Amino acid sequence: MYVAVKGGEAAIDAAHAALTKKRRGDPAVPDLSLEQIDQQLALAVDRVMLEGSVYDRELAALAVKQARGDLLEAIFLLRAYRTTLPRLAASLPLETGRMAVARRISATFKDLPGGQVLGATFDYTHRLLDFALAAAAPPAGDDGGGDAPAPAAAPDTAAAPPVSPPRVSDLVGRDGLIEPAQPSDPEPAPADLTRQPLRFPAGRDLRLQALARGDEGFLVSLAYSSQRGHGTIHPFAGEIRQGEVAVEIVPEELGFPVTIGTVAVTECEMFGQFTGSQGEPPRFTRGYGLTFGESERKAMAMAIVDRALRSAELGGSTGAPAQDVEFVLPHSDTVEASGFLQHLKLPHYVDFQSELEGLRRMHAGLAAAPPAAADKSDAPDDGTLP
Amino acid sequence: MAPDSGSPDHADRSQWMRTLALADPDWLENRWATLPDRPDFVHVRAPETGLVMVRGRMSGTGDPFNLGEMTMTRCSVRLRGGAVGHGYVRGRSQRHAELAAVFDALMQDPARRDGVAAAVIGPARRRHEQRQRAIAEAAAATRVEFFTLPREHA
Repeated sequence: MYVAVKGGEAAIDAAHAALTKKRRGDPAVPDLSLEQIDQQLALAVDRVMLEGSVYDRELAALAVKQARGDLLEAIFLLRAYRTTLPRLAASLPLETGRMAVARRISATFKDLPGGQVLGATFDYTHRLLDFALAAAAPPAGDDGGGDAPAPAAAPDTAAAPPVSPPRVSDLVGRDGLIEPAQPSDPEPAPADLTRQPLRFPAGRDLRLQALARGDEGFLVSLAYSSQRGHGTIHPFAGEIRQGEVAVEIVPEELGFPVTIGTVAVTECEMFGQFTGSQGEPPRFTRGYGLTFGESERKAMAMAIVDRALRSAELGGSTGAPAQDVEFVLPHSDTVEASGFLQHLKLPHYVDFQSELEGLRRMHAGLAAAPPAAADKSDAPDDGTLP
Repeated sequence: MAPDSGSPDHADRSQWMRTLALADPDWLENRWATLPDRPDFVHVRAPETGLVMVRGRMSGTGDPFNLGEMTMTRCSVRLRGGAVGHGYVRGRSQRHAELAAVFDALMQDPARRDGVAAAVIGPARRRHEQRQRAIAEAAAATRVEFFTLPREHA
């Protein structure tokens, strides 16, 4: 337990002044603009929007700047800011089937309607440091070269893919080889973590909300643990797509849906281990990942963990960390995790002093006792002395 | 507020409100500045910034879940002696929401509709379509044909 302390105002002010100075760095180096962070550190902005759970590129860029590039701190800043804003509406569910697709791949079909569209990806780069980027900025229009070769003759743009290709899961679903994903009638209002505390059992709606804002590192490790055998789901990346989707609300004074803007999202459908039961033929099961921005690794991890957390309801095994909802959800939030970790920096003087005192008394007791008595003193270490 | 009734077809209004929301605020400001006979207006609801909870669907097509929030600004105006217009836009630009509301109100005035459609809505929609086309073309250039190699039998 920590205790309240007083004093130190002058030192704290000086520490904050030092932080401001350190954030700015060498004044001879130009100051970073929010536009530069938004445009050139776009994936940092994406992560902060996603885990900070507020889609606003400018706010997220500001948080990255203020946090000196510490993304977890930036996420904390954005979460804190969101509490100052009123909730004006909830959107209609995004129709990701109508996404304006900038990237779309499937690891399950080589040839699929709409084709494989790589988009802007780190895949197939050689991961060699590109010193051309370290040189002075290339002239506008030059992409800096790097190990991404300029596309050879643009492959048959005449046969450009439709903007919103059909879902891969629909292709599999046509033959009834994957579990259906239909909305209920009527559609239930989804649970909201930001309004009610997390309770168990947690429905899939609550789990997906928690995973979407959950820490990427934690989810990637959990997904990896599942892949390595701790509650495996035998996943296939059925489809990954990135692009922009319209956000629609139904304002109460209008009574019909209006588009208020678009969001960039990444969606991942994992096809998992098939199950069957008496009366039901075996078929693939689904894990789902949906994220703000270009957050492919996170969306993939989310889809695997979503499927792993469904194991019990699908009649699969339980007991692995990735399958344990009461382990995964309370430990997935970066703000909570880092807050509880960092609270250890607060004054714990009284607790520590009492433990120190106990240790001293034990040592004093041991020194005073005859050696034979010390040998058989295997009593429980409860801090008391004979 | 009671739902507006008798206004133009919902589908049409929904379309132009979408176009106004997707338009670049600076571009809209420029359209406003060059608009002949700019009307006077009062706020029915002053510009207000808040959050919209964005929802997704489980597995893309199932029941809804809460994905995360997004900033949104809304504004409602009444033209002098005219219609009420609403603006709902992503982000925190109060001016964007206000301009969207004013143009929405103007589009409800049969005397002004064609002029505003020609000067603002049409060009805004074409600009948006152009951006969409550029995205589709950039994506199409990265379309790939994979060939699976036959496995070698040693």
